[in-house]
Amino acid sequence: MKAAVVVFPGSNCDRDLAVAFRAAGADVTMVWHKDTDLPEGVDIVGVPGGFSFGDYLRCGAIAANSPVCQAVKAHADRGGYVLGVCNGFQVLTETGILPGALLRNAGLKYICKTVGLKVETSQSVYTERYNAGDVIDIPIAHHDGNYFADQSTLDALAGEDRIAFSYTDNPNGSLRDIAGILSENRRVLGMMPHPERAADMGHGGTDGQALFRAVAGQLTSA
Amino acid sequence: MKATVHVMLKTGVLDPQGDAVRHALGALGFEGVNGVRQGKVIELDLADGATEADVNAMCEKLLANTVIESYRVDMS
Repeated sequence: MKAAVVVFPGSNCDRDLAVAFRAAGADVTMVWHKDTDLPEGVDIVGVPGGFSFGDYLRCGAIAANSPVCQAVKAHADRGGYVLGVCNGFQVLTETGILPGALLRNAGLKYICKTVGLKVETSQSVYTERYNAGDVIDIPIAHHDGNYFADQSTLDALAGEDRIAFSYTDNPNGSLRDIAGILSENRRVLGMMPHPERAADMGHGGTDGQALFRAVAGQLTSA
Repeated sequence: MKATVHVMLKTGVLDPQGDAVRHALGALGFEGVNGVRQGKVIELDLADGATEADVNAMCEKLLANTVIESYRVDMS
């Protein structure tokens, strides 16, 4: 499986994401934000956490308009896989690849801690190695993770089984406790929690490992 | 020519920062502040001939996220 991890000025989880993909068996290439093309034959693009462009204007807004994001959008439009984590999720909503937006946390504080996540669906390449209803421990680290979308979008997400993860104890005010959502074709996942920070014994937890292994397993056999 | 863009969170979108400001005003003894909404003002210095339609396009594409924000353009 070939993965590409995007690097923006201010990304800080890009290498963690690359390590997690590699540990699962992926061949990983880093892609700079000014690149206009993704490497040939890329199966999945990782959009990492961090503070792209200093979170200026809105989190992810400047990154969403960078050259590489046009390539990521084209990749998603032709049915490619994209995983956006934290700032990566914010970038994906800003590009319109995923619906909704991430607002300032309801409590106004930056929150960095491990939280319980309920796996809402196992029907995706990312979550197939979990069972729906499983509760996994994954760290969050964000100031703007408060998921917002209008009522009809929320109903569509729930009705189409596109809520991937929800918080067991909502830390940030997200509507319907949403922590991660899937695109309509279920190939794009955006999530605020960091599975790549729970993918090695040294992290203190490995609950995120199954996500990367599932992706690598599926896209290698495909 | 100049344009001023006012960006506000839409009605119905929670504004925790505005709410924090309201609490702080109350703590300072300013009574009767029923609500605070916080937004941002963006000033654009434009080449002659730029139109309001141009600025609206900028708002739609970058300056505002219309999922959560509304905007108002003042040309001067």
